[in-house]
Formats: sequence, structure tokens, C-alpha cells
Amino acid sequence: MTAVGTESGEGRLSAVSTVSAERLATLFVEAADTLVDEFDVVEFLQMLTRRVAGLFETGEVGLMLADHRHRLTFMAASDESARLMELFQLQYGDGPCLDAFHTGRPVINVNLAAATDKWPGFAPRAALAGFESVHAFPLRLRKEVIGAMGVFGSATELDASDILVVQSLADVAVIGLLQERAIRRGEVLSGQLQGALNSRVVIEQAKGIVAQANGVTPDEAFALIRDFARRNNRRLSEVAGNIVADLPVLPDLADR
Amino acid sequence: MIVVDDGIIRVARLVADEPARASDRGGVGGVLRRLCTAAERTLSASGVGVSVVGQEGMRGVAAVSEQAYGPIEELQFTLGEGPCLDAFTTRQPVLVPCLANGAMTRWPGYAPALHDLGMRAVFAFPLQVGAARLGALDVFRVEPGPLTDGEFRDALTFADMAVTTLLDGQERAAPGTMADGLDEVTGQRAELFQAQGMVAVQLGISLADALARLRAHAYAEDSALGEVARDVVARRLSFDSGQL
Repeated sequence: MTAVGTESGEGRLSAVSTVSAERLATLFVEAADTLVDEFDVVEFLQMLTRRVAGLFETGEVGLMLADHRHRLTFMAASDESARLMELFQLQYGDGPCLDAFHTGRPVINVNLAAATDKWPGFAPRAALAGFESVHAFPLRLRKEVIGAMGVFGSATELDASDILVVQSLADVAVIGLLQERAIRRGEVLSGQLQGALNSRVVIEQAKGIVAQANGVTPDEAFALIRDFARRNNRRLSEVAGNIVADLPVLPDLADR
Repeated sequence: MIVVDDGIIRVARLVADEPARASDRGGVGGVLRRLCTAAERTLSASGVGVSVVGQEGMRGVAAVSEQAYGPIEELQFTLGEGPCLDAFTTRQPVLVPCLANGAMTRWPGYAPALHDLGMRAVFAFPLQVGAARLGALDVFRVEPGPLTDGEFRDALTFADMAVTTLLDGQERAAPGTMADGLDEVTGQRAELFQAQGMVAVQLGISLADALARLRAHAYAEDSALGEVARDVVARRLSFDSGQL
């Protein structure tokens, strides 16, 4: 299923490798820039998905990480449609990110219209959402695969150098995320990945709290939380943390 | 494509096979002691302890693999510092493969005391589900050196099991039955955490208690935890309508 660079010219909507060297360099620095005081892993992964999506003319990006029992968890997405694409894969147990995670290899240029046999749960739903082609990249640390990043787009075709760029970006982001520099120095370590997964769980719990308190769905609750965070220029994890900490006081996310 | 991981089943079996001792307390305490001893052997540790940190700063040692480790675990609370408390506070595992300079600076009271007792490495794992925090599991070693990848995964799985044991202890008479697959949520686990938040608001209880209630309901109804969570999120099931 990997037809690398089979099309060029008009059928090709975007090519990562046409992005300027300066822009790419900036991207790589951002992806590695995690040793800052106010590092927030969910924000970092959201930034990463948005930046990778920005490489494509039409493309959205979603990302999942696995826990110690190899259970994948949704972590971040460039927009709502990409989040749904990740959730479909988890719900129905098939899809490009799951394949990339299980094989440790990229899944490239899969035409959704022809992928129903391959992914009976995911492919028809992704096509219905308006996507035409999908790609997925494993998130790797040494020999271990810790998650996957999916790219959902129109008729976007990636060539070999595009694949290299996106995969390298994913690799750099993982190193940044897990702070491997600190790991190599053998200092007092912390389990960054476990912390990352747990902070996503806190967001889901906050969604449930706000959903129940306001009589809305969890998705609507997420929109409330996210909008509140944006309006007040606060981090998503921080707002979610406050919501769960304030239990049993019902949260108020109204304009203020 | 769903990969069923047998880690939790294997760990549950290790704990179940661990013989009881006359000194074991009943209920949760006894199960946790066997868990600590099974973890000690599996992780090539010299000692393992579970401490519970409750609301309003209530805290204490719940179980240790060997009685000698009770005071070692307790000392963190006396001094108010240590990897266990840091794992709890930061909500991440704290790994100290070599109890040397860095650790001495970070825990000026606890680290030297631990060193004097012959300990050379300590690893602490938070007992938590998102914002629901119960305590920490501590692994002590007399030899320095990191946990292998496999040991790290096993330690996290022992911590998972300690969480379910503590949760079920609040609701269920016979804890330690988590190998029955009830807690295995396949697919979207996000729904479980959302349901947890919803039930916490429905009943005005903590997130930890809400998860315990969800698990107890699944157990009582003999249904999968994921199904119960889905019903709560879809508002087919509510815990505040007096039906439970």
C-alpha cells in the first residue's frame, strides 16, 4: 500500500519538501525545545500537530501515545476533525495510526476509498468526513514504539523526502518529550511519558465534570474548557487541573 | 488489531500466588502486602512499600514487603520529603538509579538517611488515575542501577494493581479479583475518565470514589467497565437517580 511519489504535478496539492529550509529549521528547534520551565506536554503535542498540519496545504494531524500496557490514548490534534479520526481508530480498533504503532513503520499514501478492506471501521468514516488519503508515522524511541501520528488529507501524496521530514520531526519530538538528554546523563529521572498520559486523563475527567454540571456532551464540554483557556490565556492542562481540583464545587466557565 | 496485553493478568497471578502470612492484616492491607512482596521479587528489589496519601494531608504506610521497610517508608512522611511524595505531587514516576549527589541535594534529609540504611537506588510510582490520586508505590534496592524496560513496565503494572486494590477495597468485600478482565477497557478509554467526572458531580464525591463506584457497578451487574462508562456518558445510566 505504499505508493511513494507515484503522482506529481497537478494531482499533488502540497509537498512538505517545498517548505523553505528556514521554516523547517524553526520547526525542528520548536520540536526539540522542551527543556523549558513551563513545559506543558499537552500544549507541546498540540503545537506539534498544528505545525505538522501547517506543512500540508490540506491536512490535519492527530497524535496518540501508548501506556506501559500498550494501550493507545488520544493526546492531541490539529483540529476537531483530526481528533475524531484518532477516536474512530481507537473505537473501532483499526486505522493507519494503529498499523504504524504495531509495525513501527510509516503508513503512507493510502487512498481511503480503496481502504475499506484494510480498515473496515475507520476508512468509511474517514471518507465520510471528507478525507481522501491518510498517512501515519510511528513515534519511536530507540527500538520502542510509543505512539503514532496520523496525517489526514485530501489527495495529498507524499514523496520520499516528505516522509523523511515528517518522520524526523516525529523522532525529534519524541526525544524532546521524553527528555532523553536528561536520561543519558543518568540524573534523577521522571517518567515523562506517564506524566503526559496522565495529564490527558485529567482533561477527560474535567470534560466529564463540566458535561455533567452544564448538561452538555463531553465534546461540548471540551469546547467550553478550551475556549475558556484561550480567552484567559491559560494552558489547557492548567484549566483542566483547576476544574478537577475544585470538585465538588461546580465549575463556572462563563465569560468573565 | 487490538493487542491484548497480558501484563496485568501475569502480575495479578503473581500477587494471587503469593502466600499469606500470619502477620497479614485482613482485606486490602493483606492484599497490598502480598503485592509488595511479589513486586519485590519481580523487580529484583530489596524492599517495596505502598503509601497512601489522602485528602487533607492524611497519609500513611499501607503495606511493605518486609517489616524492616516500614520505618524506611514512614521516614518520608516524618521528614516531609522523598521520591514517594515527589511522585505523588508531580504525578510522574520518580526514578533514582543512583542515590548520589543529585538525590542528596534534592532530598537533603531523606536521601542520606536512606543511604545510611544501605539503599542505593529508589523508584517511586504514583498511584493515580488522572486527577484521582491515592498514594505511591516505592521500590528500594541495595544495588545502584536503573530498572530495565521490562522492570519499569512491570512496576507500573504493579502500581495499576495497587490502584484497583485500593479502589475496590472501598466498595468490594473481596478485593484482588481484577484479573477477571472487568477493568480491561478496550477501545476508547477516554469515556471511562469522562464518566468518572460525571459520576463525581452526580454524587458530589471525589474522582477516586467515582471510579470505585463505576467499578463496583460493573462488578455487581457483571458488565464490562467500558460499557458502564459508555452508558454514563450517553446518559443512559445515572448514579444520582436513586436507582443504585
